[in-house]
Amino acid sequence: MTATAEPEVGKARLRKEDARLITGRTRWTDNLSVPGLLHLAFLRSPVAHAKITSIDVEEARHRPGVIAVFTGRDLAEAQGSLPCAWPITADQKAPTAPSLAVDQVNFAGEAVAVVVARGNAEAHDALEAIEVEYEDLPVVLDMTAAVADGADLVHADLGTNKSAHWVFDSAEAGTGGDVEQAIADAEVLIERTYRQQRLIPAFMEPRSVLVDPTGEQTTVWSATQIPHILRLMLALTTGTPEHKLRVIAPDVGGGFGGKLQVTPEEVVSLVVATRLGKPVKWTETRSESLLSAHHGRDQVQKLTLAARRDGTVTGLKVDLLADMGAYLRLVTPGVPILGAFMFNAIYKFPAYRFACTNVFTNKTPTDAYRGAGRPEATFAIERLMDELAAELGRDPIELREQNWIKHDEFPFTTVCGLEYDTGNYEAATAKAKEMFGYDALRAEQRERRERGDVVQLGIGTSTFTEMCGLAPSRVLGSLSYGAGGWEHAAIRVLPSGKVEVVTGSSAHGQGHETAWSQIVADQLGVPFEDVEVLHGDTQSSPKGLDTYGSRSLTVGAMAVLKAGEKVIRKARRIAAHTMECAEDDLEFSGGKFTVKGTERSTGLTDVALAVFAAHDLPDGVEPSLDSEATFDPDNFSFPHGTHLCAVEVDTETGFVKIRKYVCVDDVGVVVNPIIVEGQVHGGLAQGLAQALYEEAVHDESGTLTTGTLADYLVPSAVDLPHFDTDRTETPSTTNQLGVKGVGEAGTIASTPAVVNAVVDAVRHYGVNDIQMPCTPMRVWTAINGGPTDAGGLGGEAGGGLGSIDTSGGVA
Amino acid sequence: MRITVTVDGTTYTDEVEPRKLLVHHLRETIGKTGTVVGCDTSNCGSCTVHLNGQSVKSCSVLAVQADGAEVTTIEGLARDGVLHPVQQAFHDNHALQCGFCTPGMIMQSIDLLADDPDPDEDTVRHGLEGNLCRCTGYQNIVRAVQDAAQKLKPGSHQPVGGQ
Repeated sequence: MTATAEPEVGKARLRKEDARLITGRTRWTDNLSVPGLLHLAFLRSPVAHAKITSIDVEEARHRPGVIAVFTGRDLAEAQGSLPCAWPITADQKAPTAPSLAVDQVNFAGEAVAVVVARGNAEAHDALEAIEVEYEDLPVVLDMTAAVADGADLVHADLGTNKSAHWVFDSAEAGTGGDVEQAIADAEVLIERTYRQQRLIPAFMEPRSVLVDPTGEQTTVWSATQIPHILRLMLALTTGTPEHKLRVIAPDVGGGFGGKLQVTPEEVVSLVVATRLGKPVKWTETRSESLLSAHHGRDQVQKLTLAARRDGTVTGLKVDLLADMGAYLRLVTPGVPILGAFMFNAIYKFPAYRFACTNVFTNKTPTDAYRGAGRPEATFAIERLMDELAAELGRDPIELREQNWIKHDEFPFTTVCGLEYDTGNYEAATAKAKEMFGYDALRAEQRERRERGDVVQLGIGTSTFTEMCGLAPSRVLGSLSYGAGGWEHAAIRVLPSGKVEVVTGSSAHGQGHETAWSQIVADQLGVPFEDVEVLHGDTQSSPKGLDTYGSRSLTVGAMAVLKAGEKVIRKARRIAAHTMECAEDDLEFSGGKFTVKGTERSTGLTDVALAVFAAHDLPDGVEPSLDSEATFDPDNFSFPHGTHLCAVEVDTETGFVKIRKYVCVDDVGVVVNPIIVEGQVHGGLAQGLAQALYEEAVHDESGTLTTGTLADYLVPSAVDLPHFDTDRTETPSTTNQLGVKGVGEAGTIASTPAVVNAVVDAVRHYGVNDIQMPCTPMRVWTAINGGPTDAGGLGGEAGGGLGSIDTSGGVA
Repeated sequence: MRITVTVDGTTYTDEVEPRKLLVHHLRETIGKTGTVVGCDTSNCGSCTVHLNGQSVKSCSVLAVQADGAEVTTIEGLARDGVLHPVQQAFHDNHALQCGFCTPGMIMQSIDLLADDPDPDEDTVRHGLEGNLCRCTGYQNIVRAVQDAAQKLKPGSHQPVGGQ
């Protein structure tokens, strides 16, 4: 056994995963096949809201290669209702959510029939032969109109479009003051309505599922983030016994929350495969994906920030409308609730009230998308802080500093009752300002304004925190979430001394195989290369709660560490027996047990081989050197950071160019700096995309007009700037590793930084708001005194600004 | 129709439907699953391969158009277990996360470097405009391409351009 010379944790290890990915030796679900495989294609509703009066599939059944065609009615008994695991209130309204529509369609893109054919092309060809008659119903698209008296209903049987109303009030909770009093006493009030446009996760690998029912167990391969949750939910939804289901997430091409789902197509694939007794595969087209994989964001936020003239914030009141779309998917109702605890961000204001109404509309269901609730919250407070600074004529960073929790005030209990363990906002901000050249850019901004330059400079600040490491199970329970927040791991030291690590956290690009190897290499003193990480298969990794919410390292890797501790404990007992000494006399370091004060030692490899031989083990010790463990965190972790953005706005065209982007993130202890940097870059790209490019737009009939990648603008390399990233390191005290989570940081922080910069660039034209994405048309219109909601990518009817107060728009 | 295509050095003769796209021929008939499909509008670039030495989006070429042609896919780049310098640079610079767009990115990057062996950042970004990545924010991809350019400068024994 070679002891590692220097710690692996903290080292910029190149990724193990890359070897197969850069050579094309990948196991994407759509790459897989089994003998006798049949292919599925779904017919989707072209209309947003209608009764299905008839479906004629006879001709399709006789098309070449077609094996079977099923409608919702054909599968009604077996398909169950798609699960929602987060009933946020006891009286939450939830419609039945069939995988294939039975009598009625409620959004454009909802599946109404499925063709099974020998080939994928034959399956798609046959879709054209299915005749469906629809009887149109009134289409509900605008959230504000949907909650008004006498509104048309998405689900008539529910009697309302309101799914649930959820409130957090710091006065009632005993965690803070009364916000109405704070508003009444305020010297300054900033009142705004912001809209979080609807976004599409747009993972690069389209969803795909392959179900093989021909073995003893039915095996489901799926491009999913959640193989363990999916197995349970498929069992509960379809009645398939759980022990007869094996779910495998092979290589998965991105998720961003978009593959945190039990999809209608997965359920139908399982039901159809079971019914036919044949393996089936479905892989979506990109157009299907944009239309029917869940969307993210889509909130209207009515906000009131109370403050004193000296800049001290005294309270925040938030009233949200959150668009659920047509159905509640796995965690749809809980997305705004995750945000509820983040509107206060890093600030210590004393009064807070959050109220949210979840609303049904005839649109694609929403659910988690990178950050899930927290980007929406951070955007709101960071925009409001800028507006307060403008109102008071203060520097926005200085105003933030006045209100944020100081380094020496941690641990700090927030107005929401969360305990932030550690943080150092001063350090991150100072570093970011220096990297950015803040003062010089402010001077240039002043100069350009005075000169009346056609191209104006804007500077945007965003300071943020988030709650990662989802989550303490008891907290999730108190929020009515349907599962816990623990994670599972196992470690097996093989007879040769090589190590298998089993993790319940299922990766899709985050580099678990590399990071977990680094952690275990340090802990067990084995070479990095000697560690293999197994994940994403409910057979080899039988327990877990999967990957979302930046929980993999903070919870998943902690479970690995606990399993490793158990292995060392057992090995120590065996080593002491072999070396005829007391366990306490042994030191473990660099993969070796050494008798204190002597040269006598035995390696973990020797112990592993001795265990395998089992010739001479201590009494009661089973012949294995393995263990399993679960970890349930005591608290969330709270990464934070300061992001600064400089934009150049062409006042004649409204075109925004990012001149400089600097961020300093504090994600606690860094296991692998290149993975952390990569996660930040990717997060920034998605956050910038919300600020400047992306928006799912529906026309007045509820048709998604951004239904291809030609219309939905996922930014390319040309659209994004170079990022200057750095970090400070304030270890978390929530977990032994000191890690905080990084996956969502860039997305959460960057959207307000960019929009603050754009507004800052043109504020002297009387602009104090621009609706996202800040397209050239919207920016130009704002500069020229028009309404700020104009000039999106297409029709705006579904956007829902019509009846919302936009008085906070152009001054 | 009967077509003959040489893919990664091996010649294949197959019967294909006239409407079949090259990407589906590569994936389904020949079994080259390293080349992947990410969209249906030729926007994502995940299916990029080299057709007679030029990068093409294989979803925008009919299989019959490749009759008699030489195709190089991601699976044909490494020689004798040695990665192509661009593959190596993607690894060295952490230029991939989920890796789905990576084959197309690498094939496009090789073509880009054949046109301009010493591109500046802006040139790389424009050269990759037709390939979408949702994970990396592109920065490390750009860095990887520039790193590969340095390694491919005269004196290197590594060829640019696959086949």
